[in-house]
Amino acid sequence: MYKATVNVTLRESILDPKGKAAHHALKDLGLPEVNSVRIGKLIEMNIDADSKDEAFEIAETACTKLLANEVMEDFEIEIHEN
Amino acid sequence: MSAKFGVIVFPGSNCDHDAYHALAHVMNAETKFLWHKDTDLSGIDFLLIPGGFSYGDYLRSGAIARFSPIMQSVIDFAEKGGPVLGVCNGFQILLEAGLLPGAMLHNQQLRFVCKHTHIRCETSNSLFTRNIEKGSILKIPVAHGEGNYFTDDDQLKKLQDNDQIVFRYCDEDGNTTEEANFNGSIDNIAGICNTDRNVLGMMPHPERAVEDILGSDDGKKIFESVLNELAVA
Repeated sequence: MYKATVNVTLRESILDPKGKAAHHALKDLGLPEVNSVRIGKLIEMNIDADSKDEAFEIAETACTKLLANEVMEDFEIEIHEN
Repeated sequence: MSAKFGVIVFPGSNCDHDAYHALAHVMNAETKFLWHKDTDLSGIDFLLIPGGFSYGDYLRSGAIARFSPIMQSVIDFAEKGGPVLGVCNGFQILLEAGLLPGAMLHNQQLRFVCKHTHIRCETSNSLFTRNIEKGSILKIPVAHGEGNYFTDDDQLKKLQDNDQIVFRYCDEDGNTTEEANFNGSIDNIAGICNTDRNVLGMMPHPERAVEDILGSDDGKKIFESVLNELAVA
């Protein structure tokens, strides 16, 4: 059993209105040091696979087919042994 | 024989009855609901994917709905040239299903916007706009939080070069201003069609603009175009 952690983020070229709104709020909170905010998604999956490579491939398929929309999002996968 | 319209219902669709009313009671077209688990589209001449929040918009708008059993049938129907209109969430589903290019981002100002908008018809060359003169201005309401259409520059150029941009947000005089583009869509895009011109996705709701009492009946022009096309075919 492996654990996949997937980070889905909006592509850098794309405006992130949620991140922008959070950024404004952080400034109002008294944290002017925060320069920018981007908001993405963290997705965790437990995957039955015989090897780390196989688990990665399964997670990659999940990302390209459903979890991320590559028109506007990038994703990063990390695989850990459970 | 009259054309038969199908309105697809997903868990979370909420404009399905509006669409049914517009088609069945205003346009007097034979119309039936199709549950998202149905796969048999035989006898259907026109498919409408209505607005709403299919699957609660989980993950991304339209992302889960596109795996519903009916969607493979919708893709086959569209590939054979069948007319498919996706409105609002229906547009988002068509994007996720790959029937139309691009994706939807959150409205740039982050607010859900529900109001009447003006859109300019940019081409009469589609099943849905054959009766609408290019440059015509339609008054049709929107109601969405994720209608900020996005695509990369190459794809945008293709849409422009292939005359696939069917509607653009404009002011009441037809100017495609930044102000009229309330959700931040690239190139003021409100609706696009596929290269075969039989699949249209649009964020504004034509089914909510079919009677004067609703503030506009401009949406009828879209359904009239489809009905005329189907009557000729």
